[in-house]
Amino acid sequence: MADYQQSLQAKLIRFGIYAVLVLMALWYLAPLYVMLSTSFKTLDEIRAGNLLSLPGTFSLDAWSAAWSTACTGVECGGMKSYFANSLKMMIPAVLISTLVGAFNGYILSMWRFKGSDMFFMALLIGTFLPFQVVILPMAQVLGWLQLENSTGRLVLVHVIYGLQFTTLFFRNYYVTVPGELVKAARIDGAGFFRIFFKILLPISVPTIMVCLIWQTTQIWNDYLFGVVFSSGEGQPMTVALNNLVNTSTGVKQYNVDMAAAIIAALPTLLVYMVGGKYFVRGLTAGAVKG
Amino acid sequence: MTASRQGAPGFSLSRLADVILPKLVLAPTVLACLVGFYVFIGWTAWLSFTESRLLPRYEWAGFVQYVELFGNERWWGAMQNLGIFGGLFILVSLALGLLMAVLLDQKIRFEGAIRTLYLYPMALSFIVTGTAWKWILNPGLGLEKMAHDWGFTGVTFDWIINPDFAIYTVVIAGVWQSSGFVMALFLAGLRGVDDSIIKAAQMDGASLPTIYTRIIIPSLRPVFLSAFMILAHIAVKSFDLVMALTGGGPGFATDLPSIFMYQHGFTRGQLGLGAASAMMMLFTACAVVMPLLYSELRRERRG
Repeated sequence: MADYQQSLQAKLIRFGIYAVLVLMALWYLAPLYVMLSTSFKTLDEIRAGNLLSLPGTFSLDAWSAAWSTACTGVECGGMKSYFANSLKMMIPAVLISTLVGAFNGYILSMWRFKGSDMFFMALLIGTFLPFQVVILPMAQVLGWLQLENSTGRLVLVHVIYGLQFTTLFFRNYYVTVPGELVKAARIDGAGFFRIFFKILLPISVPTIMVCLIWQTTQIWNDYLFGVVFSSGEGQPMTVALNNLVNTSTGVKQYNVDMAAAIIAALPTLLVYMVGGKYFVRGLTAGAVKG
Repeated sequence: MTASRQGAPGFSLSRLADVILPKLVLAPTVLACLVGFYVFIGWTAWLSFTESRLLPRYEWAGFVQYVELFGNERWWGAMQNLGIFGGLFILVSLALGLLMAVLLDQKIRFEGAIRTLYLYPMALSFIVTGTAWKWILNPGLGLEKMAHDWGFTGVTFDWIINPDFAIYTVVIAGVWQSSGFVMALFLAGLRGVDDSIIKAAQMDGASLPTIYTRIIIPSLRPVFLSAFMILAHIAVKSFDLVMALTGGGPGFATDLPSIFMYQHGFTRGQLGLGAASAMMMLFTACAVVMPLLYSELRRERRG
């Protein structure tokens, strides 16, 4: 009898645990569902139904409007050019910062010299700073450099302030690689670049993935640098989305807003679905900073 | 290291390259870091001691900007909002994250799938999150209307346009985005707890809740610490979420130091005041992060 009661109690507890977990899952999913369903509704349906009601006719009008005709301020070309801006900014910035970070990590672990540890410390402290404290001088310097192209400005800024993380990722990985490997290679006459490309790079694939994913999400999702250092038609997706949503002319088109928001979210969601494992690893490794 | 390479031509040249190349390759990053962080911080500090308005001026003006900042009601409102938002955001995220991690650690079926669901908001931009919640929370067609449709016609849920409650909508959206990440941190910590300690406690007849509250959760102290620091850091620099969700309004009800800094430094032609507020943000971040750095350093020295 006692056994039976105990097992009943255990079952109830299990049930409770699952119930809470499912509720939490719903709370995380609900906004995504609301965004999706709203984006497929017509404005009339939105006014007639409520947040959770399903769209009656899956209308793609809001999506095509968001992509090519929606107005952000005076411009009415939709999100497509801003989406392209973000891509043009993200791809070079991610690749450059990852490659340079890999070299930095290699040097700071395998080729230490006097002062290199201190520099690593200085770099680490940089990860804790709020960017607000550097953007005023940065704007001034970009002005002096006469770098007018928004994408070029953003690539430069994202590389400079991304290096701390990419360096950290690679350095923390390379310190776990036995130094004998490199020493032996040096005895065999391999030089600085050869050791890097032949020995370390081939075993760095997981770290490279973490780096690429971390930088992709950071740079694609950035808003502060975008709004401060770019202008007009050169703005990235996040800034354009915020302009679209807060444009106050005409009837508020919630379905278009939601479609545009999903378009802005798609690339990083895709990255998360494909490389979730590395994404989590990057988050917890980057957790040293925040 | 002491290997002799028998008279290979260019021996000394390649050795020289090995000495110079690392420094040469690292040099751009050193430059970027020193200028991009340290020179720029000094520069911002300097600007904060000048009377710069639309354009930077570099004549020393003492503490005028700080006097103005500390006499500025909007600034104190923003700091107070940061306190409310930061405090609640950190507390709720920690509590939710820990709860979910503990529940997920009970040999749950589909754990991987559930974890993936909890964490996906972290992949989104705060602008997307803000946009979504702005729509969900709008009183005309959002949650309030849904409640009315379901027959709860007396319900009013207008926090997002109510100056007294708007800041809590920022907390809701912030927690939605970040709590899954805290869960992941705690779950990793839980997986690292030594099984033998738990087994020993079970042998002694300790119940599962006791084991959690007395043994496991206290052993997660370092995770608490780093999760706290990360969340505090997110809170201090919070900018995009509020810009998308409320734009700092209604009025200045959800204004934050980051928005104050952005508007004075970039759109209102008050460079000096913007710089002073940026310095205050730096001090706030330092006050939060220093304890972590300190304890990390101490641990490293001990270990």
